[in-house]
Amino acid sequence: MNIRIKFRKYGPMKFISHLDVMRYFQKVIRRADIDICFSEGFSPHMIMSFAAPLGLGLTSEAEYVDIRVNRTLPSEEAIRRMNETMAEGMDVISFRLLPENSKNAMSIVAAADYEVRFRKGYEPGDGWQERWLEFISQTEIPVLKETKKGHQEVDIRPWIYDCSVKDKALDLQLSAGSVHNLKPELLMYAFGVWANREIPSSALLIHRKEIYANQGSEDDRVLISLENLGEDIE
Amino acid sequence: MRKLALSDEILMSVEKPARYIGGEVNAVMKEKEKVDIRFAMCFPDVYEIGMSHLGIQILYDMFNQREDIWCERVYSPWTDMDQVLREKNIPLFALESQEPVKKFDFLGITIQYEMCYTNILQILDLSQIPLRAEERTKEHPVVIGGGPCAYNPEPLADFFDLFYIGEGETQYFRLMDLYKEWKRSGLPRKDFLKQAAQIPGIYVPSLYDVVYKEDGTIASMTPNCPEAPEKVKKQIVEDVTDTFYPRKPVVPFLKATQDRVVLEIQRGCIRGCRFCQAGMLYRPTRERDVSMLKSCAEEMLKNTGYEEISLSSLSSSDYSKLGELVEFLIETCGARGINISLPSLRIDAFSLDVMGKVQDVKKSSLTFAPEAGSQRLRNVINKGLTEEVILQGASQAFEGGWNRVKLYFMLGLPTENEEDMKNIAWLAEKIAECFYDVPKEQRNKRCQIVLSTSFFVPKPFTPFQWAQMCTKEEFLHRAYVVNHEIKEQKNKKSIKYNWHEADVTVLEGILARGDRRTGKAVRRAYEKGCLFDSWSEFFKNDLWMEAFRECGIDTDFYTTRARALDEIFPWDFIDIGVNRAFLEREWKRAQEGTVTPNCRQSCSGCGASVLGGGICHEHQD
Repeated sequence: MNIRIKFRKYGPMKFISHLDVMRYFQKVIRRADIDICFSEGFSPHMIMSFAAPLGLGLTSEAEYVDIRVNRTLPSEEAIRRMNETMAEGMDVISFRLLPENSKNAMSIVAAADYEVRFRKGYEPGDGWQERWLEFISQTEIPVLKETKKGHQEVDIRPWIYDCSVKDKALDLQLSAGSVHNLKPELLMYAFGVWANREIPSSALLIHRKEIYANQGSEDDRVLISLENLGEDIE
Repeated sequence: MRKLALSDEILMSVEKPARYIGGEVNAVMKEKEKVDIRFAMCFPDVYEIGMSHLGIQILYDMFNQREDIWCERVYSPWTDMDQVLREKNIPLFALESQEPVKKFDFLGITIQYEMCYTNILQILDLSQIPLRAEERTKEHPVVIGGGPCAYNPEPLADFFDLFYIGEGETQYFRLMDLYKEWKRSGLPRKDFLKQAAQIPGIYVPSLYDVVYKEDGTIASMTPNCPEAPEKVKKQIVEDVTDTFYPRKPVVPFLKATQDRVVLEIQRGCIRGCRFCQAGMLYRPTRERDVSMLKSCAEEMLKNTGYEEISLSSLSSSDYSKLGELVEFLIETCGARGINISLPSLRIDAFSLDVMGKVQDVKKSSLTFAPEAGSQRLRNVINKGLTEEVILQGASQAFEGGWNRVKLYFMLGLPTENEEDMKNIAWLAEKIAECFYDVPKEQRNKRCQIVLSTSFFVPKPFTPFQWAQMCTKEEFLHRAYVVNHEIKEQKNKKSIKYNWHEADVTVLEGILARGDRRTGKAVRRAYEKGCLFDSWSEFFKNDLWMEAFRECGIDTDFYTTRARALDEIFPWDFIDIGVNRAFLEREWKRAQEGTVTPNCRQSCSGCGASVLGGGICHEHQD
């Protein structure tokens, strides 16, 4: 049986790296006595995979980890048990059973929602919202991306799926996952370069709001949150 | 939500910000208004090292069981954070409350190795607490030190208000009660120190005067007030079963050096190796009851979620119920994918059988610690291991599928000659030959023997406390002799040799047997920028040597000098139970190459039996 766990990461926990979150969850599973499956071999490891790493310093209300279990508890009970042993700043929101033969979270990630705010005192000048609208209305946004072979210019505009400007924040829907992963940090960096305004990474407060799979096609996307691919267990 | 002491900008600018945020699973939060005493417990090294230390977890749990005390943790800020705290003048804070250490009642520092002394000054400095104890007022925390280096606290005497000599589980509550009383009384700080001196095991350096002879050795060390005892007695837990042990240790987010449940199965060691300080300091040997260990193991695994459990002791093979305990662990852990780690085992048929069950033979290596290459020298150091036993163990291991062997030795031991050094290489060669003697179908293709030598540092309260230490050049020469001899061996390609740094060993030697005067150089070295001396990338030998010169200290006095049998040592005011007559006897027997039986074979009358408990009072076979 495959289970998808959704959790939040906020407050001081944003300083815990992805690698440490992975190690942390292995311990949570043991503390909560979840009957997880292990791989074969002399040094068995838990069958567990995370959807998409979250950068250090970012917060999220939609992180996902898939696990395989031998038998399961009702969702409510499993959530309660895990949250009893969680550190403040991380908690499990849902625990859902996935259909047979469903693909694991990591392989189906297609998009993610983010909210980007500027830390107080770090807004990139007056009227940045207008500049942003101008920036985003371009048909191409070339960015130098670091690759193994050095730097390569890529157009990130097609990977911006949606965007709206609020008073002090941006809501972004960006391509994510293994094909085209657009990090909000990179987009904001590109904006800073384009607008000739200084936007150091420490100026940003980035919060992930959801991660989606695409059930449509490349051109005609039908996004569904990873959580909604599973069902609560009674 | 807890508020952090540092801003996001600062935390995002340093390596591993998780070192500074606290909030780990099982970390203890209390309301500060509801406690009387706030205790900051410090390990003066980086978080990942400090979090691996069992002693702090024991005391943290013990203190926090009391409603009137809140014990929190502090570690050395890494060099990047050190710089930020200094630049921005941010006082060092404890992890749980994120509040400045300087506001606390106590700052307790565990002193595990000499190379952390400059880090202790860093902790005080960043906490904005005066480095010198005499400059502190009622506004400052009481700074107390403990741990193995507190058995020669003199190099640090200027910087501490108190030292705790012995095991923390015994007298700390008394000290806390006394402190509460004193706090209410409004009397001067000195009054508290004087009263504390009357608690067994508490040493108050400011209440003693040291007079030196013309030749630099100590003429006398005497109390300067009636409250201070002439001798400070080591405190031990008599019954190590019915005592404090943390069932819910704090689980770090970062991967700590010791990233597992640690089960301390016993204290002390029956062996009596003459170089080993721990073997003398922690006498008598006391075993924890196996049923207590079983329930601890289960509870701790459940409460932490760790995927590994490790036994801890100076010599696990000497624990009388080892078989029963290991069998239990295999049963409990196996099905849950929990690894078992069994360090400090003697290599014999039993341990090979057990190790074969708990680890992947192909991936693991076996460790022998003969410490000396020749039987002659092993007799000098009273290391009971014989060549026959080593070779037999190695053969059995190779037959069992192992092909990697690690061997640990010391160079510079008393009476060591060139033949002894060469014997290290010869022993490695004989082990390699054992491997090739095993029929091809029974063994791996090739073997790998890793030889490591460290340089011997004479330590207080050991039979070798009188010994002359080698110079740096002499140490390196000895390593050269070994290295050269290895190259002469038939199976040299199977033997890899590593040796330890000599500079840092010499410094360790100076501080290990240092006196109050060496403290000036510790401070000078710190002011010159020495920090994290145990990290080779930060160790600055030149600055240390400059510091000694500027303080007018002749380092040879502490290292290479021959000491008279009746010399008064800086640590002689401490009574560890093991008496000086025994150490002297052992020093003489060492020079004769006479072996002394272990505590289980027969009692050699070391003196530790006065402490009560343990092997001294059990039936001996």
